[in-house]
Amino acid sequence: MNRRLMLTVALSVMLPWVVVAQKPDRTAPPPAGPPPAFSVPAIQKFTLPNGLPVYLLEKHQVPLVQINLLVQAGTAMDPAGKSGLANMTAAMMMEGAGARTTLVLADAIDYLGARITSTAGQHAMAVRLHTPVARLDSALALFADIALRPTFPAPELARKTKERLTALLQWRDEARMLSVVMFNRTLFGEHHPYGVPVIGNEATLRGFTREDCADFHATWFRPNYAALIVVGDVTPMSMRATLGAAFTSWKPGKGVAPSLPPIEQVAKREIVLVDKPGAAQTEVRIGRIGVPRMTDDYYALLVMNTLLGGSFSSRLNNNLREQHGYTYGASSTFDFRPLPGPFLAASAVQTAVTDSALVQFMKELRGILEPVSDAEVERAKNYVALGYPADFQTVTQIAGQVEELVSYGLPDSYFNNFIRNILAVRKEDVQRVARKTIDPDRITIILVGDRKVIDDPVRALDLGPIVHRTIDDVLGKAPVLEEKK
Amino acid sequence: MKRILLPFLLLLPVLAVSQGKRLSVPYSLMRLPNGLTVILHEDHTTPTVGVNLWYHVGSGNEKPGRTGFAHLFEHLMFEGSGHVPEGKFDEWLEAAGGDNNGSTSTDRTNYWINIPSNALELALFLESDRMGYLPDAMSREKVNGQRDVVKNERRQSYENRPYGMASIILDENLFPPSHPYHWPTIGSMQDLSAASYEDVLEFFRKYYAPQNASLSIAGDIDPRSVRALVEKWFAEIPGGAPVAPVEAPAALLAEEKRLMMEDRVSLPRLYMAWLSPRLFAPGDAELDLLANILAGGKNSRLYKRLVYDLQIAQDVAAYQSSSALVSTYMIVATARAGRTLGEIEKVIQEELRRITQEPPTQREVDRAVNQFEAGYLDRLESVGGFGGKADQLNAYYVQSGNPDYFNEDLARYRAVDPQDVSTVAATTLRDDARVVLSVVPTGKKELASGSAKEVKPQ
Repeated sequence: MNRRLMLTVALSVMLPWVVVAQKPDRTAPPPAGPPPAFSVPAIQKFTLPNGLPVYLLEKHQVPLVQINLLVQAGTAMDPAGKSGLANMTAAMMMEGAGARTTLVLADAIDYLGARITSTAGQHAMAVRLHTPVARLDSALALFADIALRPTFPAPELARKTKERLTALLQWRDEARMLSVVMFNRTLFGEHHPYGVPVIGNEATLRGFTREDCADFHATWFRPNYAALIVVGDVTPMSMRATLGAAFTSWKPGKGVAPSLPPIEQVAKREIVLVDKPGAAQTEVRIGRIGVPRMTDDYYALLVMNTLLGGSFSSRLNNNLREQHGYTYGASSTFDFRPLPGPFLAASAVQTAVTDSALVQFMKELRGILEPVSDAEVERAKNYVALGYPADFQTVTQIAGQVEELVSYGLPDSYFNNFIRNILAVRKEDVQRVARKTIDPDRITIILVGDRKVIDDPVRALDLGPIVHRTIDDVLGKAPVLEEKK
Repeated sequence: MKRILLPFLLLLPVLAVSQGKRLSVPYSLMRLPNGLTVILHEDHTTPTVGVNLWYHVGSGNEKPGRTGFAHLFEHLMFEGSGHVPEGKFDEWLEAAGGDNNGSTSTDRTNYWINIPSNALELALFLESDRMGYLPDAMSREKVNGQRDVVKNERRQSYENRPYGMASIILDENLFPPSHPYHWPTIGSMQDLSAASYEDVLEFFRKYYAPQNASLSIAGDIDPRSVRALVEKWFAEIPGGAPVAPVEAPAALLAEEKRLMMEDRVSLPRLYMAWLSPRLFAPGDAELDLLANILAGGKNSRLYKRLVYDLQIAQDVAAYQSSSALVSTYMIVATARAGRTLGEIEKVIQEELRRITQEPPTQREVDRAVNQFEAGYLDRLESVGGFGGKADQLNAYYVQSGNPDYFNEDLARYRAVDPQDVSTVAATTLRDDARVVLSVVPTGKKELASGSAKEVKPQ
């Protein structure tokens, strides 16, 4: 299958070069030609006998294949009191499957030079296979075992639990992790899956049983909730029978998703200061509730965020890094999900300038509500639109793009219309969606840093009430894990 | 890095699992009269191009008292040049749908631009302008501005990161003060403060001339017209004096140094570090495979014992960090709560003794080689960015003289037999020539392994 790699023998002779050195005109940057045509390989769809839909995209440049089994369930389906179960279930699927123990399974995958991962987020779980196409048959058998026949051995669960409790302990060291956990909980509350770390917390982690994992898997890992995405050096002809054989025993099922508490918008401006004594920088997380992925404003929001904090020359990075030197970088994002995810502006700033950095953040959050210049909008649109093809270079990238398409039921034309849709955004749209989504008077400001240094200067800014939190407040008491030999 | 600093070059491998077939990335190689080396490679998979420029200067070229300068200079390269006002380098590229970054290691500084193929000429204009006309736009203010940014990079990537100062302590103790790998690429705060505008001009004159650089362009290109464009933009830049190779004293470690450092961390972590054969030297590939056999995957020897069976460690890693002059080999393990680094070191020591006395199994070696082979395929998909084909071709050219060194590189791994791994482990991972560093939670010095001299990071 490596025909494409062997075409040419490298030209290893240095060619002589005769040059007439003439000074080029540097008075203006050279103009670009017309944008090159771009289209994503056709999405070839078929359905296996048990109803499992398959999305296949051929890409033959390199003999690799990526197969993602996407299941539309996640921590949003965690039962009450079992936060983190979806994520633990996904992790446990790698800990024994079919007739293989976890060690035998890992050895088999590694020996093939394949990679298989199993993960869970808020709304999706995925088992992903990346393999040289020459090893596909053997790798696919392991992949199907992991997806369909995990064994959830109790001793492995005990091991994973200790590993995760230890990870919780390590999070206490990291200002960035503390800021992420505090930000999500402050925005979404501890009863919404968006407000809780995907791995859960100490109490829920200690409560999981192998039956919990097996039940969660049996409920949600069903072909009617799933899709297979196949990208690489394969054809539908070659894959239809192979996939049919691998997944034919899989039967549909029915799960009941728990109801989720409502997501409420931030009502006032408030600062939460988490003390991290001696920290050289303050982790800053500023935000509010954003919008769901399927908003009509999606393209306008992408453009607006790009110029606010989604690119190097964006206002936030330009201000905080390039103009003031407060940080190594500042950015903003909209986390698009089925339900409204967070809008977040973030940076890690030198401790001594925490207050000055907040002043600049506030300036930019107010500034984006005002009319933006034509040049900024053009630049942001072009950055998102013209750079889009570069996101389709690898089989892993393409499969990831198709995951979005499947998750949100987007039309097949989505990829090929993306550039046009971004370029259609107008300056007025940018201002409109900024005003709709960003309100500097109703935001949560999380600071994780050295309280004794930053408290007074931040208070003097009078941005709003300051709530003080300790690391224990954020993550609970440190898990007690010590055992004697 | 302009945006993130890579402590060393990622040299994770690629191909095949392809039943021994030959891997090839066709290229053409040329040199301009001013000495600039140019490598071109066509790949029309997506309408995008990776433009990749290596300057053959890194922190190894610095002098004590000016550490961190090569990296600070890298930052200044994005701040405008003779015909590119400050801020426009990024703005113009973004307006064309482009992206860019750079990174500095001990041995080299690289810059890349990913650009839609219709705007390739813009990238060549920008790269050539900063190669030819950077000083025209340099100012003390720019140096001061990026000095602050880099200091924040140091805070973010080292000082405020758990265990972040360990790598700096290790390099200081592995290499003598006169060796160019003794100091960190990021530099010291004191030296960053001392760097001057005059230093910038001198550094540029000395190192940033065409004969000390190589330009690699991979992607949706027509080599003939790109050749003309390269000539148009780069030919006018005068060549400079050849740069003498870095003179390094021998890096000899003739003792075991046992060190301990307190940090604001919850769990103690053990670092064991050795000097090892340089990139592509005999033993280099064997040590990559050994790293996989010791700590790659659940069945690797250290992972299985420390993390899986005994469950006294949270994680363990082993790696060969290959560099041009000499490499370092490292084993790192984090203890579980209530466990000491002494317990961990004892197990590592047992496993090192075992593998030096008895070769690994053929399956262990094959499993490692297969993973390296598969990794080579991944390196053939992207044309730009760190580790994309443009970067790979440039790296191989600089390191071996052959941009398409994929097959030769991979052949090194395929040629290793189990006894080779054992032999290299015995000669490299010696008990009497290494640095053992315990990083312990503040106030818990008793968790260190054995008796260790306390060190405090600067």
